[in-house]
Amino acid sequence: MIDCKELTKQYGRLRAVDKLSFSVRPGEVLGFLGPNGAGKTTTMRIVAGFLPATSGTATVCGFDVETASREAKRRIGYLPEGAPSYPEMTPLTFLEFVADVRGLAGDERRRRLDEVIGLLHLETVLDQRIDTLSKGYRRRVGLAQAILHDPEVLILDEPTDGLDPNQKHEVRQLIGGMARNKIIVISTHMLEEVDAVCNRAIIIAHGRILADDTPRGLEARSRFHNAVTIKLGDPELMPAAREAIESLPEVASTELDENTGRVTAFPEAGKLPLAPIGELADSRQWNLAELHLESGRLDEVFRTITGGASA
Amino acid sequence: MNAVWAVCRRELLSYFATPVAYVFIVIFLVLASTFTFYLGNFYERGQADLSPFFTFHPWLYLFLVPALSMRLWAEERKSGSIELLVTLPLELWEAVLGKFLAAWAFTLLAIALTFPLWITVNYLGAPDNGAIFAAYIGSGLMAGGFLAVGSCISATTKNQVIAFILAVVACFALLLAGFPLVLDVFSGWAPQALVDAIASLSFLTHFQSISRGVIDLRDLVYFALLIAACLYANTIVLAITRGD
Repeated sequence: MIDCKELTKQYGRLRAVDKLSFSVRPGEVLGFLGPNGAGKTTTMRIVAGFLPATSGTATVCGFDVETASREAKRRIGYLPEGAPSYPEMTPLTFLEFVADVRGLAGDERRRRLDEVIGLLHLETVLDQRIDTLSKGYRRRVGLAQAILHDPEVLILDEPTDGLDPNQKHEVRQLIGGMARNKIIVISTHMLEEVDAVCNRAIIIAHGRILADDTPRGLEARSRFHNAVTIKLGDPELMPAAREAIESLPEVASTELDENTGRVTAFPEAGKLPLAPIGELADSRQWNLAELHLESGRLDEVFRTITGGASA
Repeated sequence: MNAVWAVCRRELLSYFATPVAYVFIVIFLVLASTFTFYLGNFYERGQADLSPFFTFHPWLYLFLVPALSMRLWAEERKSGSIELLVTLPLELWEAVLGKFLAAWAFTLLAIALTFPLWITVNYLGAPDNGAIFAAYIGSGLMAGGFLAVGSCISATTKNQVIAFILAVVACFALLLAGFPLVLDVFSGWAPQALVDAIASLSFLTHFQSISRGVIDLRDLVYFALLIAACLYANTIVLAITRGD
């Protein structure tokens, strides 16, 4: 359990985090979303015990991160932004160092080291200096360090930043695989990541929570939610088709994308225009090139909620 | 204590993973012997002791020890690895102590590698080996004092060059605290008690008695307190600056 109450961080005149309150329960994978400078990293740093909060409290598994920091930190695995490590060390000596500080010993130490090295596919680079490794490997070394002690709470600041699509996929699977009995908080500005791994998303900007919902719930806030996009094989017929669709009672408005030639029909509140549009296409024997149902666009919700805010 | 040991070992490993260790040791040994033989007139004096060797230690440390201590925290803050270190389950003082002990152990190794001089002087004559041993202890303690000052200063900045220069200046002031150069700054206006207190902080005064072979408890306590105070200050500085 992570519990934050009225967390505030002031840098001179700038308030990076502004009375943030939220809690996360085991089994939740919380995605922190927000424009750059929204306060994601600052919040994670406070919870991980790196930064002291100006006011407010954060507890991890019942331990206050300031007053019982050692107990709290024992339960946290933390990947700082940019996955810093010691460039002159090798992944093996680095992980051994982290294991020693975390008090792992004997068989368990060996077993955990082997396990994370396997999970993150570090076998081939174990004895290379970290500063000679690619960005992807460095990120994986950082992740290995974070999960080494099999923590109850994982805080990962942009865990897939700098990874190629295959590696991203693997890391997301890894996170998904651990999610069942842990608390996981990740920050990201890749919205597809939220869809892929999170079961809860918090959007913050200017240090405040603007939305706290499931990814599905957020998508439902999109005006694209349940909208239908259609494209005909013959572009000449599009204007007439658009008119016909617009006159349906389930459709509130339509939009034509000049570039692609697609028309999107937005539903009246609470209505589902897919079926009527399908019947219409059937009865008029349109030669359909595309017809699909939109689930809602996270990026559009994100932009609407944060109002283009970035610092 | 586990964490202190782990941090210490990691730090020591780092010295030897980079050229820092080898450059430091070689330069230290070359300079130490050069000073002894050329400036200290080791042979010409015709005395079987190592005082020409130990006399130059404070001046050697003045530049070499800050070169070692400058990276202790400045590098960690610059590269961001401090975020990793601080979020591991250890207290700040454990990290401070671990790093200091590593740097000190390394310096002691460099000092120990001057043992051929000790052998030489025994070969040439019959020196007072007890006095030489005492002087080695004094030298090691003084190096620890320099390191603790440098470590604390290193925590105040992300810039190693600044850490180096400030540490040299601070160590120079401490070294000469008992001499007019420093005391004149205070004697005009400060009460005599303060001037005396500053004079008693002098590295050189405390080192000179030990280097002559006299181990006075007060000198040992002086260095121990100096190291403890600097490391304590180091911990506080880190607590304040860790997130900047």
